[in-house]
Amino acid sequence: MSADTQRTHAIRTGSSPVTRRALLKAGAGAAAAGAASLALAPLSRIAWAAGSDEPIRIGFQVHRTGIGATYGRWYERTANAAATYLNENGGIAGRPVELVPEDDGTDPKRGAEVVEKFATAHGVDFVYGPLFSHVVIGSAPRAGELKMPYFVVSEGYHVASGSLNRYVFQPGITDVRAQVQAMAPWVAGNLGRRVTMMFPDYAFGYDHRDYFSAAVEAQGGSIAAKIAIPPTESSFTKYFPQVPADTEVLYHVMVGPGVLTFVKEMGEHYGSNRPQIFGFIDSLEGVDIASPGLSFLEGTYLWEALPRYADGLDSDANRHYRERVGINDEGASVDDPKDVSTNSHMFGCWETLFVIKRAVEESGYRSRNPDDVAALIEALEGFDSFDEGIPHPQGYKEFNGALHQCYGRQFISEVREGRLAVVHTTSIEDGKYEAEADYTTQSL
Amino acid sequence: MSFGPHLLLALLEGAVTACVLAVTALGLSLVFGVMRIVNVAHGEFYMLGAVVAWFCASLTGGSALGGFLLALVCAPLVVAGLAIATDWLVLRRVNYHPESTIVATIGLLYLLQQAVLSGYGPDARPVEAPIYFRVAFPWFGYSGYKLVVIGASVMLLLGTWAVLARTRAGLCMRATQQDPEMALAHGVPVRLVYTAVFAAGAMLAAVAGVLIVPIQQAHYLMGLDPLLLSFIVVIIGGLGSLRGTVVAAFVIGMSDGVISMFFSPTLAKILATLLVALVLVVRPSGLFGERP
Repeated sequence: MSADTQRTHAIRTGSSPVTRRALLKAGAGAAAAGAASLALAPLSRIAWAAGSDEPIRIGFQVHRTGIGATYGRWYERTANAAATYLNENGGIAGRPVELVPEDDGTDPKRGAEVVEKFATAHGVDFVYGPLFSHVVIGSAPRAGELKMPYFVVSEGYHVASGSLNRYVFQPGITDVRAQVQAMAPWVAGNLGRRVTMMFPDYAFGYDHRDYFSAAVEAQGGSIAAKIAIPPTESSFTKYFPQVPADTEVLYHVMVGPGVLTFVKEMGEHYGSNRPQIFGFIDSLEGVDIASPGLSFLEGTYLWEALPRYADGLDSDANRHYRERVGINDEGASVDDPKDVSTNSHMFGCWETLFVIKRAVEESGYRSRNPDDVAALIEALEGFDSFDEGIPHPQGYKEFNGALHQCYGRQFISEVREGRLAVVHTTSIEDGKYEAEADYTTQSL
Repeated sequence: MSFGPHLLLALLEGAVTACVLAVTALGLSLVFGVMRIVNVAHGEFYMLGAVVAWFCASLTGGSALGGFLLALVCAPLVVAGLAIATDWLVLRRVNYHPESTIVATIGLLYLLQQAVLSGYGPDARPVEAPIYFRVAFPWFGYSGYKLVVIGASVMLLLGTWAVLARTRAGLCMRATQQDPEMALAHGVPVRLVYTAVFAAGAMLAAVAGVLIVPIQQAHYLMGLDPLLLSFIVVIIGGLGSLRGTVVAAFVIGMSDGVISMFFSPTLAKILATLLVALVLVVRPSGLFGERP
């Protein structure tokens, strides 16, 4: 008798004690589980109704080690400062905020594992904090699979391009596409129209390459050369001869441990006989502008998202923010003036936490069950702007719910006497582009 | 930039790479030649040299030259002390068994890397060059300190050669390299020679680290690239052959400079690795290695 016919026979005759016992067991199990859930569910409801002070737990994915370590250190300080401020002022929906930090080693593979660990081992409500685009692109799919709201502070165009998923948001920092598009008219109008670009050879660099070149060409300019540099490179002298002689503007954006070497070697190569130089502050984040060997930077220009020197943006909100994070007027740590901040990026951690607060409070989110998560995401997608103030010291921002991306003003600063002086502020309009995606059409 | 100046710049860059590489790889080659063990943690000794240089620079405060000279003395001593401790605590215990030492030094690599990560931090920290001047060629400028690195490396290579060829200690090392048992029978303290050679190899890596740090910044992961390149150089040159190591370092360094300048840095690495494969197939003992 085959197994199938045996089972059919047993059920039909009712003669098999095994089958009956199995049925009884299953029934008893289901009853027990039902009773347990019946018993537990009202308890948890009572707890929430009574205004539980159970903390909102937020996984903080941080680049403590690897090539993003300098950013990671400041991201963590900023996020902690924001959480402390929130906890002193009523928390989120009356509940305290608890950040659970995990190092991802600035490594995409580890990043995905960290997201998984947050969801399964730590049981957090949301994950936030990663910066480096290759890590975000490597981690975001896992967040989507786990249906984990994932807030990145990454700048990259990968969120707004539609290449990630409905659970990924970037509400604290403008994306690279909007940034570079806002820079192009000023660069072409003031520095020159024949541009050579030097950028890191991965996703973040390609955003610069693709969207700045398009924006400069739209201004009637042209690109003389595009020079991609591997992000782990430690010596750059060999790349400068590739810069064509007819270059009017050298556009640089570098990241990683070699940035100071890059800028120094650029100075050694050109000396005083240089083209106009326009860079993203990324090439000098965490680096003192007055470092030895950087004097050739005098009279060059840098993009900043939030001015490093306090006089670049003199507002109450910005002063409050700088004081809470602990940076002095020169943009370095108040405890160690040699420890220069990554001020053009880390404010995104501060602002993102306040966006999370608003979304939780407006959506009535309580715990990471599918209904609450869906309500949270729909609330976020309904936001259209963030006003300047303590939650948003960098300035007023527009938010595009379909793209999950915010847009704010940008700054251009000149290096003068070893400091940065703001010479131009862009408007949000300058960075506007045609949307290419709509996350709200994806199912939750 | 026209071809001539472009080539000059490529050769200068190649020479800097080659010189620093020769010093680093010489340490690895010396250890393998005499002790017949592969030190996978060699790159970490190089990294430690750079990190000690940063500490020396921050100790001396304002004076870059003072910090650099202090580092030139301290870094080799600190690293040599660590190498001696490794020899006593680890290598001796596994009786210099080739496979066990590879595993042991892989462990040491991670220990040192993580120790530096916890003690010194994950940042790349700059060290000011002891002398700063810019050599202005008509077509481009070049860091004067890099020329100093070339000079200092050549002196170190000559010094190592003189010690090996002209001193009694060098004689003991060469005797141990040729036949440890016979050397022992003639009264050469082989164990002591092993310890000294391991320390000397580590010191060479540390000095290379001190020389490079004003160009590259000290970072806890900076030992990986030189380790890989040193292996390439030592395999091409012939394991244990000092002359082969120096020649191979110049072949790899100069070709890296020229190829990465005119084509791409990735192509330079691909060709170097291909060359290793070719040498292993055609002449497994390396260009200057003794046939087994």
